[in-house]
Amino acid sequence: MIRRLVLWLDDRLGAASFARRALRKAFPDHWAFMLGEIALYCFVLLVLTGTFLTLFYTASGQDVTYSGPYAPLAGVRMSAAYASVLRLSFEVRAGLVMRQIHHWAALVFVAAIVVHLLRIFFTGAFRRPREINWFVGTGLLILGMLEGFTGYSLPDDLLSGTGIRIAYSVVLSIPLVGTWLAFLFFGGEFPTPIVIGRLLVLHIMLLPGLLFAAVGVHLAIVWHQKHTLFPGPGRTERMVVGSPLWPHYAMKSVGLALVVVAILALLGGLFQVNPVWLYGPYNPTTASAPAQPDWYIGWLEGILRLAPRGDIQLFGHLIPGIFIVGVLFPGAFFAGILLWPLIEHRITGDDAPHHLLNRVRDVPWRSGVGVGVLAFAVILTVAGSNDVLARFFGVPVEWITVGLRVALLVVPPVAGYLTYGICRDLNGGAPESARVGRWVRLRRSATGGFEEVEPDGPDRGAGTAERRGH
Amino acid sequence: MDGVRRQPRATGNASPGRPAANGHGRLVGTAFILSILASLALTAVYAVGGQPQLEGALLAVSLGTLGAGIILWARDLLIPEEISEEREPEPSPPGMRAAAETALQMGGRQLTRRTALSRLLIGALGALGLAALFPIRSLGPGPGRSLFHTQWSAGARVVDNEGHPVSVRDLEVGSVVTVFPEGFVGSPVSQVLLIRVEPGSLQLRPGRLAWAPDGVVAFSKICTHAGCPVGLYDASTHQLLCPCHQSTFDVLSGATPVFGPASRPLPQLPLEARADGVLRARADFQEPVGPGFWDRP
Repeated sequence: MIRRLVLWLDDRLGAASFARRALRKAFPDHWAFMLGEIALYCFVLLVLTGTFLTLFYTASGQDVTYSGPYAPLAGVRMSAAYASVLRLSFEVRAGLVMRQIHHWAALVFVAAIVVHLLRIFFTGAFRRPREINWFVGTGLLILGMLEGFTGYSLPDDLLSGTGIRIAYSVVLSIPLVGTWLAFLFFGGEFPTPIVIGRLLVLHIMLLPGLLFAAVGVHLAIVWHQKHTLFPGPGRTERMVVGSPLWPHYAMKSVGLALVVVAILALLGGLFQVNPVWLYGPYNPTTASAPAQPDWYIGWLEGILRLAPRGDIQLFGHLIPGIFIVGVLFPGAFFAGILLWPLIEHRITGDDAPHHLLNRVRDVPWRSGVGVGVLAFAVILTVAGSNDVLARFFGVPVEWITVGLRVALLVVPPVAGYLTYGICRDLNGGAPESARVGRWVRLRRSATGGFEEVEPDGPDRGAGTAERRGH
Repeated sequence: MDGVRRQPRATGNASPGRPAANGHGRLVGTAFILSILASLALTAVYAVGGQPQLEGALLAVSLGTLGAGIILWARDLLIPEEISEEREPEPSPPGMRAAAETALQMGGRQLTRRTALSRLLIGALGALGLAALFPIRSLGPGPGRSLFHTQWSAGARVVDNEGHPVSVRDLEVGSVVTVFPEGFVGSPVSQVLLIRVEPGSLQLRPGRLAWAPDGVVAFSKICTHAGCPVGLYDASTHQLLCPCHQSTFDVLSGATPVFGPASRPLPQLPLEARADGVLRARADFQEPVGPGFWDRP
């Protein structure tokens, strides 16, 4: 039966030659290579749970009066969107668990992308020939964050409505075209009942479409270029070593997918996330305190909280400070990430293709830059919760803000320099040629003696391929 | 050329049907049985009305044991195999590159030979692209002057969020209330904070003392930083705090920012109290309320 199906397909597509190679494709076994897969399986789960949620969600800002089973909100006026999320949470069977799994999956999705990006960065996996996939991956991170923000906004609760309010103000601040952009996207001056429907179109159609396309390109390029490899005995730039796709890798990957979904189901079932019924419906004249965005927006919220006053008057026009920290800063941050392969190429001048990865210590200056930027982002994310911290420690929020402003300027350079120093010391603190245990390649001569030959690739010195001499 | 070469793993403790495999097989089988039981239980929970915690936990057991079973199967029951595959160099062979380049150029030359036509084609595509942009204008109204005014007007009565007119007598010193122009209760752009302080303590800009009858000052509630409602008032320090980014405004000096990211004071609404004590606006705000934008003076 299967044999006949395979023959039928091969008669029409000539698929056997592809299948033969594909089934015997080598996939390296290393835990760090699972990070991207975790993001992928979160995405699949997000599409599945999101489809379920869409069937019950009403994208409307129209005023309704709540008459459902959740007593604390009985008789409260709210948008139809918020009412539909309450109905989904309290009346649709399995609705709440689906909503919570969806939200948890979104949180883990972006987290997995970020950790995956860090792995690629610190191991130099973005170097030639993999720059294109770094660009696509950065795009996926940005799309993932936008997807998260738009989804977070849909319930139209007090927290998410405040988030949209801030986003509107950021758009409004763009010089020359800001008011037009804001009015066109929101369909008028904030708040408008129409914007919730537009956010839904972004969240369930445009952004997922782009995500699907980018994920496809990302995977196709990985497939075509083959995986990178951590250096080790017998490993060279010219070979990839690992388990065959069928059945070893396929089984492990399917198993991983199921475990990822299992963990998200556990989180969604047992750990409450985004209980919108506690926040209440959005009302433009009230805001709750403390207010927290989802974790991956925290750094953007943090920079808004830490930045000192910074309005600029220019030829009778105003450039609000929020434009600088809310538009220019994230733009520059993402541009820096996106262009990193080109920046590093400019610095090192290294033009060779690399399939063997760096260890973190191998390139101290890159690791230093990475840790410095990471520290910067972490401090900003912490700053996004400065009111929570103030409440927790029982000190005025001004103290936390001032302390974090200092930390933002001091910690990243110190952390970066320490990383640089530690990596350098792990390398022996001396130039490659002076190291005691360096990598050599031996050749046996016709007379039975041994002679040393030059290593034949730039990675050899930093890494691995041959046996360590004494 | 195959490019694939088998390489048995060095550890070599794997052979099909080795005794240890039976124990592993039992483990995998148990995992799958657990998964089946959890899935059946999940169906039962759903059928009797559903319960979020049980649904999540049973789904986790069902998927988790299934995934663990498959991973254990792959790890312990498959014959370990490490294969190595040769990489093809990234650039195509030089001959192929040259051939592709030629094909591109030959085709292109046929097009560019017709200079006038190819220019017209570019022009047509550009015009079409431009025309396709116009529907964007349908998305919303232009901003016009709408950001420069609110629903407050001369003589508009000040009402609370239930629509009742507010008079000076209703307000004790130190109290704060959110108010709107009569007929526009709940209006996001016209929301105003009414605060009563000791009249002598006010240090408003020249000419604005008259806007605060009996020490009642009115400020736009929309933060000049990012537009959140400035909801928190500390009567002891006379400070307003925005919960979003902690911009802090000093009420006595005309809601000037004293901490945080906001640069501009909250716009002050000119008030008057007639003989009956009911508060009214003398006029609309004299500057745009809310966060900054390009055309703001």
